[in-house]
Amino acid sequence: MTEKKETREEKKEKETKLEERSAEENKEKERIVVVPGEVIASGSGFLPGEGTRREGQDIVAARFGLFEKTDKIVKVIPLSGVYIPRVGNTVIGQVIDVTFNGWIVDILAPHLGFLSVTECGGYVNKKDLTEYYTFKDALVAKIKAIKARGIDLTMREKGLRKLEGGMLIKINPTRVPRVIGREGSMINIIKDETGCNIIVGQNGVIWIKGRNVEGEILAKKAIELIARKPFIEGLTEKVKEFLHKERKSENKEAYEVKERGERKERKKN
Amino acid sequence: MATYKRPDGREYDETRKIEAKVGVVKRADGSAMFSFGSSRAIAAVYGPRQLHPQHLQNPEKCLLRCYYDMLPFSVAERKRPGPSRRSTEISYVTTSALSPVLKLEAFPNAVIDVYILIIEADASTRCAGINAASLALAHAGVPMTELVSAVSIGKIGDAIVADITKEEEDYKIKKDGKEIKAATDIPMAILSRANKLSLLQLDGKVTLDELKEAIALGKKTCKKIVEIQKQALKKVKEE
Repeated sequence: MTEKKETREEKKEKETKLEERSAEENKEKERIVVVPGEVIASGSGFLPGEGTRREGQDIVAARFGLFEKTDKIVKVIPLSGVYIPRVGNTVIGQVIDVTFNGWIVDILAPHLGFLSVTECGGYVNKKDLTEYYTFKDALVAKIKAIKARGIDLTMREKGLRKLEGGMLIKINPTRVPRVIGREGSMINIIKDETGCNIIVGQNGVIWIKGRNVEGEILAKKAIELIARKPFIEGLTEKVKEFLHKERKSENKEAYEVKERGERKERKKN
Repeated sequence: MATYKRPDGREYDETRKIEAKVGVVKRADGSAMFSFGSSRAIAAVYGPRQLHPQHLQNPEKCLLRCYYDMLPFSVAERKRPGPSRRSTEISYVTTSALSPVLKLEAFPNAVIDVYILIIEADASTRCAGINAASLALAHAGVPMTELVSAVSIGKIGDAIVADITKEEEDYKIKKDGKEIKAATDIPMAILSRANKLSLLQLDGKVTLDELKEAIALGKKTCKKIVEIQKQALKKVKEE
């Protein structure tokens, strides 16, 4: 018993440390919103990173987003918009078509994803691919390659599978890092508090499966809260508070329902 | 010196009150509202996304599809909804006004849909539409070189004025006992950074010198508009 307590305290300490660190880092990195065409740095001392472009001596923002400078590289982090796929990203998609040699998966990107039979992770009878994955199945897959014609997916890795049951929600893909948190801190809080199994796709699709619907809805609400207010300070604390409050009211409701039921029974008796 | 007096008492180079707001359509990938006084446009951007039918796909670059329309209640007399000769033309010129700034090669075979709806019309709606669409495209995270801004310059009577209203558009003078139209509308879209024009339309009569003067005034006005657009985009984080 004492051991358990200690570990819990240790965990808390770790969390607070992590938060402090992230707060410090946030202070160091001054983040400002830039618009396309804005000069964000000049001189040859800087290198243009993602979302930027060099124009003579200046580095210019090529898209709308948050400007970030790390060492020499300047980049623009997107604030809004559709998911732009990157090789190695884990995404959640839905099978929308079955062809003779694979499945076509909608991953909510500018192009469709294609999962070949050789990449599906397991032996498949080629005569009928629908036995394996069929229309409307939700899959967790990894992006293997990006070609002009489409996006090649793979499922030959640990943790990549078909999702059964649960619910899928969609948030803006630019909010995904906040939902996951530093080293998974945010998502772990939601998982612990709601007892749900959650998988976050880089494309903004999130799969939630819990023991009961109430837990799933609570997790959904918490994620939507993060997606709605990604810039407020102390977000982790706010989410914790929110989850505690919701759970309390939920317990109260459940208790009240139970009580009412008991009263009715008493009356009957 | 010009003798024309503007009905709302504005200076020649003064625009109506400009409002700009980003993120007005919840389900769109990017959206914006832009208004010149009571000319108000809403733009929603969807994509880049998969393009169907497939024969429209271009393996070199993304397709930009603009759709402009006035809502039935935007004008005094009910406007029949749906495409018309006028709205088809404006959709086309809007597409060509916006495409020079967009980096369309980044998304081959895809499409970007831009829907521009005029909810209140009082002349220069295509300019309000282009301004809103430019903001919405930036909000959707489409790579672009700069923001496009547009304004309609008019030659009303003997004066070159910025941002004309419906009343000014219908300005007439009396000559030999007859009323004749004395207003020329010159809508233009300007890339302020590149110092280029991406749209220039004209219906009416102007001399070459007057046109030069109009373009100079347009460039000056668009510099102010682009600042307002930037401020609107920068407000996104605070919400």
